[in-house]
Formats: sequence, structure tokens, C-alpha cells
Amino acid sequence: MDLSSINPILLLASIMAASTPILLAAIGELIVERSGVLNLGVEGMMITGAICGFAIAVGTGSPAIGFIGGAVGGALLSLLFALLTQVALANHVASGLALTLFGLGLSSLLGQGYVGVKPPPTPKLDIPVLGDIPLLGPILFSHDLMVYVALALVAGVWAMLKYSRAGLILRAVGENHDAAHALGYKVVRVRIAAIAFGGACAGLGGAYLSLVRVPQWTEGMTAGIGWIALALVVFASWKAGRVLLGAWLFGGVSVLQLNLQAAGVAIPVEYLSMSPYVITILVLVIMSADKSRAPASLGRIFHASQ
Amino acid sequence: MTDALLTISGLTKAYPGVKANDEVSFDIAPGEVHALLGENGAGKSTLVKMIYGLVKPDSGQMTLRGKPYTPYEPRAARAAGVAMVFQHFSLFDALSVSENIALGMETPPPMRDLARRIREVSETYGLPLDPHRAVGNLSAGERQRVEIVRCLLQEPRLLIMDEPTSVLTPQEVDILFTTLRKLTAEGVAILYISHKLEEIRALCDRATILRHGRNVGTCVPAETSARDMAQIMVGASFAAPAKARHDAHGQVILDVSGLSVASPSPFGTALKTIHLTVARGEILGIGGVAGNGQDELLAALSGELRTAPGAIRFKGQAIGQLSPTQRRRLGLLAAPEERLGHAAAPNLSLTENALLTGAQRRGLLTRGFIRWPETRAFAQKIIDRFDVRTPGPDTAARALSGGNLQKFVIGREVLQDPEVLIVNQPTWGVDAAAAAAIRQALLDLAAGGAAILCISQDLDELMEISDRFGALNEGRLSDIRPTADLSLDQIGLMMGGAHGMEVAHV
Repeated sequence: MDLSSINPILLLASIMAASTPILLAAIGELIVERSGVLNLGVEGMMITGAICGFAIAVGTGSPAIGFIGGAVGGALLSLLFALLTQVALANHVASGLALTLFGLGLSSLLGQGYVGVKPPPTPKLDIPVLGDIPLLGPILFSHDLMVYVALALVAGVWAMLKYSRAGLILRAVGENHDAAHALGYKVVRVRIAAIAFGGACAGLGGAYLSLVRVPQWTEGMTAGIGWIALALVVFASWKAGRVLLGAWLFGGVSVLQLNLQAAGVAIPVEYLSMSPYVITILVLVIMSADKSRAPASLGRIFHASQ
Repeated sequence: MTDALLTISGLTKAYPGVKANDEVSFDIAPGEVHALLGENGAGKSTLVKMIYGLVKPDSGQMTLRGKPYTPYEPRAARAAGVAMVFQHFSLFDALSVSENIALGMETPPPMRDLARRIREVSETYGLPLDPHRAVGNLSAGERQRVEIVRCLLQEPRLLIMDEPTSVLTPQEVDILFTTLRKLTAEGVAILYISHKLEEIRALCDRATILRHGRNVGTCVPAETSARDMAQIMVGASFAAPAKARHDAHGQVILDVSGLSVASPSPFGTALKTIHLTVARGEILGIGGVAGNGQDELLAALSGELRTAPGAIRFKGQAIGQLSPTQRRRLGLLAAPEERLGHAAAPNLSLTENALLTGAQRRGLLTRGFIRWPETRAFAQKIIDRFDVRTPGPDTAARALSGGNLQKFVIGREVLQDPEVLIVNQPTWGVDAAAAAAIRQALLDLAAGGAAILCISQDLDELMEISDRFGALNEGRLSDIRPTADLSLDQIGLMMGGAHGMEVAHV
């Protein structure tokens, strides 16, 4: 065992990249759940985004267009969920589970020609001055653009929910859809927009996995990250800041356990592999002990009976 | 009238199978309080929803201040100066008072200015409110203030109020009326919906009466007796329940002492050391503003909430730890307030619903199997005895109107020969004739030797049927006193007085 082989600066730097997929998926699902919709299809939307982004990036040679493609793919799949739950008034849980299964199948179908292909590399931003600061430079300012996009999204979602009228309407719809309807707000329209936003975020997260983290296409490559993102939203008590902490924790433990494995720590590999999941959930359970509640209309079907 | 604020002519709205409004016409003048009267299902809510832009009329015209008025959505109605105070469904528990108010406004000012304006308006009209509190923690009366302040901030020309006093103490009603008169003096017109005829006589200038969606009459409430108005509403006369007064009560059968229990819901009210007894042949009335522990009291007595065994005694036996089914077997039955989803399962037939509470006492099960013929006969018996208007016992519970389902739910318990019956809001949202029938059934049951505990927010009802009266306020029960000796003022004080409301200062 040789712990000195772990470079703390590289470790911290890779946490930010490792937490980006789960952060993107979770912040999207946070908006979806705040609008009163429970979409369990995050895993399916992520993997669909992963293959759509990968295929388009390979086809066009541009990772940027690939990321847009991943977001569009995830959003399109989520619109299927919106059609089922908001128009056909189907059960949220069953529709979400079906969406995950459908997304997994669809992605392996789409991905048949892409196994073993290398995607075009995503450039790291070379930020002058900031990137040269010792210690902080490599940790904070040496990443690709998507890491910062994800952080900006978290900040944007936090500010929108707290300060903007759009955020207030979104919370109102999720809290009591009958009252929101009585006041003249378009419950179904707000929810479809939230679902599409959630799908796009999950698709972005998936594309980040296949284009940057891995980077290649393998079937089932999301490996349960979508489910962790769902758990993250619940245990983060539907708060954007806590989602960020949870994602960093998950990313951090993931990277650390890989480093520990490489360093040959005398703990069975299975325990190390499960540790990010176990630790993230444990910490979030403790954090969620305060009195925050779920949006009161979460998962309830809205029908405007007039 | 040419200077009318709002004129409605020939408004018609049909739903599949029923005409909710059929050629309704009337007008409202500025500064007038206009009452809209009618039984449940007479079409009052459909009519105000059309005025507020929530429902589009099939035909007919509305004119507001001389101009054609066709609100396609509530925003348009609010922009035109029409505001509405809802009976239910329009506040958000987890949001603060100012956020709730901002949601009801077209162009809300920034939050800090809004909080200041809320303080101003609420003080001007004697409706104190803290803008930063979560609505879920407010009392029913305070919630209504939120709704009213929300409307007032938009400086409406027409204010629609749907049953505004059903959640208020008598003192709060007086203050509300003062506020409303202040508004009408400023030229605001008020369209006022209520079941309480005495209130309408005290407050309203004119009344339009609806029956089966049609406009069947207009009257000046101050010059018409409540009885006459009721007869126009119902279209026939009905008998008020006859109370058989008897002073000598039997032995105490239900004895609650020191009952304290936390509420299962996040915004509920915990019960705090409740003492009460109910004797055979007696009806104990429990009043109080909604949300002061009524639901929790029913749940604790019915067995949905378990308590310390000795807190509730039935014929001397400690039953606090028993389940609802075990209590039913002993003879303690309950009918909760919410008909659909609590007292009855909406998608099950009346037969199946009859089985759900009647299985033990009516012997509808043998070794875990359902005896369908007996169950069906039991459901049919309830339908016949309580005049439930329905095609038959195979109809789903949700297909019944509120009043009919309420008769079924109460009848189901009454026909199981309870020794103690606990009811919560037995006539809530039920029209006058059905309410009279339900009250009569409760009186007959008590005369037959059962003990009845009736929780209700309808004070007239409690005065009419109960022998003794107590009020819940923030989870505590007041002293219990004989009904005959009580005045309305005393009752109001027992319910907690005016909850800090003040008379309007303007």
C-alpha cells in the first residue's frame, strides 16, 4: 500500500469532473420534482443523452454539437413521459420506470455501430492568469466548459427558485396544483416545460459521461448514476445548494476509492466500489433530518375538472 | 338598471347530462352586496366561475361597466377589476403569506414593497397579517384574511366571496361584515354566496335565488324571512327536525380524560389534555373553527390515532390502544368529515362501501369470505331508509352528489345500532332538506339510547341538536356547558374570540 502515490491536487481536480454528470441530472430532476412531477426515468434519459451526444459528436466531429444533441435527445425522451403523465394522465411512477427501461433499450439499439469508436476530444479551457494560480488553478480553473455550465445551472436554478416570479409559479404548481389552476396558472404547461428541462439536463449529464468521463460508448454505461441523482434530490430536501454538496460528495468518494484501489489498500474492491453510493446516501439522510417537506403535489395527477 | 356594474343575461352552461346554468340573468350595482342563494348543485359555483373566467359559458352575455365582458381566463377577470375569495383550494401551505399574495396578483411589486403594502392594507381593514409566516401555520380565519388582502391589493370593483364565514367565529364574522361594509361604501360591489340565511339577511341588499341552474326569484333579504328564502331555494317546504327534549340522561358510556396526542400531519393541531364524557341518550356538540383539532379528535376517538389506553374509556374499559375495527366491534362507530377518500372509497360501489365499516357488526363476513347477498341487502336498506338518490347499490360512491353520499355514509353507521357514534361535520356541503333528514336521524338515534358526539362548524346545527356544547380552540377543549343556557356571544368566546382581529380603522 502506498498512499503517497495519490496526488491531492489531481484528486481534488478530478472531483469536479467526476461529479458533473450526477450534478446535471440531479439539478434537472430537482426542477421536475419542484413542479410536482416525479420522473423516475432519469437513468433512461441519461443513457439516451449519452448515446445521442456520442453519435452526434462522432458524426459532426464537434463535441459542442454533441452536447447539444445529448440534451435534445434527453428532452425528446422526457416529452414522451410528459405525454403519458400530463396528457394521458398516466401514473408517474409506472411511466418513469417504463421510461428508464425504454431508454436503456433504445440506447443500446442506437449505439450498435459505435462500440469501440473514439469520440472527438473535448478541449479543456485554458484560462489565463487564473489557471496559473498554484494549487487553486489546477483544482478550479483547468476543466472543460461543461463543468462550469453545470455549476452555472445550479446557481441559476437556485436564484430562479428563490427570487424570480417564474420560480414562484413553479413552486406554487408543485405545492398545490388545484390552487394554481384556480388562480389561472397553466399547470400542465408549466409541468411539461419542467419535464423537458429535466430531460435536457439528464441528457447533458449522460453526454458528459460518454464524451468526457469515459470517453467511449458502452451499453449501460450510466451504471445507476441516474438513480443516485434521484436519491440525491430527495435527500437534499429539494434544495439546489445541497444537491451540489451531495454531488461533490459522490464524485469525491468515487474518485478517492479509485485512487485507493490503485494504491492497493487492503479493503476488498467490492466495498470500495459501493462506498460512493453508501456514503452519499448516509450523509444525505443525516442532512435531511430537518423539517423540509416534499412538494405537496409531488406525483399526484392533475386533472382540471371544471 | 342602466348604471349596473355587472349585467348578466341569458348565461347558459351545460355539462354532459346536466345543465349547470340555464338562462341565468341578473345585475349588480356598484356598492351593492348581492347574495347568490341556492342548494348544493343549484349552479352557484359554475356561475361565479364563469364570471371569474375559469369556465366559458356556452351562450349568453356579460357586461361590465357598459362594455362586453368575456374573460377567457382569471387574469383577464382580475385585470377587469373582478376578484374572488375562494372557499377552498387557493392557498399554498408551504409558501409565505407574501408569496401567496404575489401569486394572485398580475404585476406584483418587489417582495419588500409587497410586504409593506400587505401590512398597510391589513391594518387599514383590521385584518392583521404577518407577511413572512408560512400559510400552513395559520388558522382558518387568518387564511381567509390572506385571501381577502390578496383581493384588496388589486383594488377590485367586484369582489366575489364563496361561503366566506363557514370558517369564522361569530366575532370574526362581525368584523368581516364591518370590513365588507367599508368596501361597499367605497363603491365596491360584492357578490356573496352563503348557505347561512340569517347572515344574508343581515348583510345583503338583494338576493338572486338559483334552483337547478335556473334563476327562480329575486328578493330583498331584509324584508324576506329566512324560511321563505329557504322555500324558494328548495321549491317545497320541509320540516325542521323535532327535538324530543328529555332531561334525564343515562349512564356515562364514553369517558375521555387527559387525552393528548400529536397530529399526524405536518400542519395539523395536537390535542392537549381533553376531558369529556358522553352519556346514553345524549348529543354532545363540539364546535370550533376548522383546523383547531377536530380531525385529530375524530381520529383519536375512532381509533385511527392510537393513544394511551386509559385516555379513552368505553363503559369503563380502556380502549385507547384499540384499532378502529376493534372499537366498532364494541359498539363505537365514527363517520369522518371527508366523504370521498376517508368515509367512503370513491371508486368502490355502495355495496362495497357498506361492507367496509359494516362487516363486523352486521355479520357480513364468514371465515374471511364476503356474504354478498347480505351486504347488498344492507346497502339497499341504507338507500331506502335514508332516501339516498342513486340508481342502486352497485353505483360507485364518487357518482353520488355530496348530499346523497353524506346521507349514505351517516346512514351506514346509524343502521349498525351504535352505542356511541362520533360524527364530524355531518351536514357539511349538504342542502337544507338532506341536512334536516340527517339531523333527525341523529336525534332519533340518541332518543333510542345511543350516545352521540357531533363535531361541527355549523353553530346553528349544534344549537339545534346538541344537549351540551364545548368548543375546540388550538387543540384544547373549553368547558362543556348545557346548550340551552348559551348565547351566541358566549359561544364565540368559547371558540377563542376574535383571534386578534380588530374592527376596520378607516
